[in-house]
Amino acid sequence: MHVNLTDDERAFEQEVRAFFRDQYPADIRAKHNAGVPLTRDDYIRWQKVLFKQGWAAINWPVEHGGTGWTPVQKYIFANEIANANAPDMVPFGVKMVAPIIYTFGTEEQKQRFLPDIIESNVWWCQGYSEPGSGSDLASLKTRADRAGDHYVINGTKTWTTLGHFADWIFCLVRTSSDVARRQEGISFILIDMNTPGVSVRPIITIEGEREVNEVHFENVEVPVENLVGEEGKGWTYGKILLQHERTNIAGVARSKYRLNKLREKVSQSVHGGTPLIEDRNFARKLASVAVELTALEFTELRTLAAVAVGKAPGPESSILKIKGTELQQELDTLFVEAAGYYALPYIPEQYVADFAVDERIGFGNETRSSLIYFNNRKASIYGGSNEIQKNIISKHVLGL
Amino acid sequence: MDFSITEEQSMLADSIARFIDNDYSFDKRMQTAESENAFSAEVWKNCAELGWTAMLFEDADGGFDGGAVEMMLMMEQFGRGLVVEPFLANIVLAGGVLKRAASAEQKARWLSGIVEGSRHAALAFAEPQARYNFANIATTARREGDNWVLDGHKTLVLNGGEADLLVVPARTAGDTTSTDGISLFAIDAATSGVERKAFKTVDAHGAAEISLRNVSVSNDALLGDEGAGYSVLAETIADATLAVCAEAVGIMRTMHDKTVEYAKQRVQFGVPIGSFQALQHRMVDSLMACEQARSMLLRAVMLRDADSADAATAISELKFLIGTSGRKVAQESVQIHGGMGVTWELDIAHYFKRMTAIDILFGDSDFQLDRVAGLN
Repeated sequence: MHVNLTDDERAFEQEVRAFFRDQYPADIRAKHNAGVPLTRDDYIRWQKVLFKQGWAAINWPVEHGGTGWTPVQKYIFANEIANANAPDMVPFGVKMVAPIIYTFGTEEQKQRFLPDIIESNVWWCQGYSEPGSGSDLASLKTRADRAGDHYVINGTKTWTTLGHFADWIFCLVRTSSDVARRQEGISFILIDMNTPGVSVRPIITIEGEREVNEVHFENVEVPVENLVGEEGKGWTYGKILLQHERTNIAGVARSKYRLNKLREKVSQSVHGGTPLIEDRNFARKLASVAVELTALEFTELRTLAAVAVGKAPGPESSILKIKGTELQQELDTLFVEAAGYYALPYIPEQYVADFAVDERIGFGNETRSSLIYFNNRKASIYGGSNEIQKNIISKHVLGL
Repeated sequence: MDFSITEEQSMLADSIARFIDNDYSFDKRMQTAESENAFSAEVWKNCAELGWTAMLFEDADGGFDGGAVEMMLMMEQFGRGLVVEPFLANIVLAGGVLKRAASAEQKARWLSGIVEGSRHAALAFAEPQARYNFANIATTARREGDNWVLDGHKTLVLNGGEADLLVVPARTAGDTTSTDGISLFAIDAATSGVERKAFKTVDAHGAAEISLRNVSVSNDALLGDEGAGYSVLAETIADATLAVCAEAVGIMRTMHDKTVEYAKQRVQFGVPIGSFQALQHRMVDSLMACEQARSMLLRAVMLRDADSADAATAISELKFLIGTSGRKVAQESVQIHGGMGVTWELDIAHYFKRMTAIDILFGDSDFQLDRVAGLN
């Protein structure tokens, strides 16, 4: 039992660090650090850099272009990408739909979809939730009716993150109502967003930005070969996907980076004032979050170590989701506390590419702290709300 | 990065687990707890015969070279079994000071008996005015001819009633809270001027309040260099803190498991109470607390074994987490057991009391958080 990295792992860490230092495009870095939302093109340009390096799909099997990295290497990579404050791969293609395709898809589907995902040629989005189906996802009503060599899709998907950027959407749809369990009537299908009858409408979220959408399907014809796996097995596939999603959304390395930034920030004097870190209450709150975060980092490492000896990420990944999002949100609130009055100005036009950072009201990204806090209340709601996660743990881990 | 343990370590954990399961029933534990004895001499003899009292000492001192991992594995099992025998007081605390500070001659005289399990010792690390700051020492030692004369008051001396040997930190220079000027003395408990009031703690461990009045000991009672005892004390208390945290992780998991089991058995309103979501989510919270605590324990153990400069802070971080989340797990376990949870009859109540004691020992969660935040 030991915490040390091997010489090879240290060398790997240096390699990854150098890559982010040298290959992460300076203009995207500057924008991202300044809290300016990235464009579709920014994301794609950056993801193509990762692809060129061979690091676009680190968790994929090697035969499809994955890295074959050990858990420790993946941990190092997560830390380095967070410390560079570089964006992760947008998850919907590479982390969400691709594992379903390479696990349950046909050879044709693998050849057709996987290369465009790993090369960021095609942008994917997720069609799970519906206006009437949130936590109770199995109640979903979007229908796929078989008509010859295609399905006809009718219904509405919602909370579709970056759906306005997307070329394709993967959906859970109802292919049958005539089943013993409603889960058995659900199928997993891939839909080209350019198909007639697909429309995307924005949802403006609490902080005032467009991140999510509603996607409507009106008599959308989708070829049967776009069904993944067996008809009626979509729920099973989707559950597996959600477990992948849960391990991804703990965001420990990102939270560590943010914690360090916050500590730096509150250690500085503002206009000659006393640094906030000298406030005993704040210092104790910060220390408390740091301890929980360190513990979660080791919980994640233990999960990775278990995966390394062949155990799949199981329901215990729900623990990472719950604790990870709780800590993200605790950090959000500490950033708002640290901003004080500067949490209040609502000036979104300060966060566009050509607005000089030192012309902003507030220091750096301070006035963005409240917007991030507002927006990130989603973290304990998406991917199966934290209450749903507790139901899952209760049933599958505790056996209650 | 490696979370696996060796085969020898695994065998050690298994052998203690077997002992707990086969020879240390809750009833047997309670017989000792409710008797006049602070521990069972028979059980202690057994611990010695199985090599457990020697485990954490160096080969040269007659031990088995066990480190933080071995200590963790043992304490976790002792926690699970709610063991009252004074492993912490004898081996980790008193033995911890002696193995670090004693000369070869002093080790032969005092430490070998501890390693063999034949001698009982105690470390008087706490004083009434100090709360959790173990550098706060008002007890004095002054030279008188070739002897040292000690005066002062020590509180909550674990195993203090049964100990033949008292390891006593006393001030030979400096202000009451100075880390310089602390000297360590090994004193026969029968020495004139040593007055002991033995008692049991709420969690059934033996302890004593000890006053020292003109206690005169010869110069060879001094352990290590005069005035340089702080670092030895700090290292020993760090080990002891880690030890009770490992014990706490064993207790938390046991309380959690027993609670989940109870919730499946206990029927109210015609259904097991475990079917109620209000209780399910709280048991999930407890599970998460157990896992987080275990993660932090493994980290602290690994840093300690690596002699990392971060180990001391890691142990404070761990103790803070144990103090807060351990209390939560313990309170929820009692709550979900309902009225039975507050009866003397049920083991849950006694685990609860041990968790309460562990939060206090070596500094509670507030104290530790201040240390982590650099506030004390």
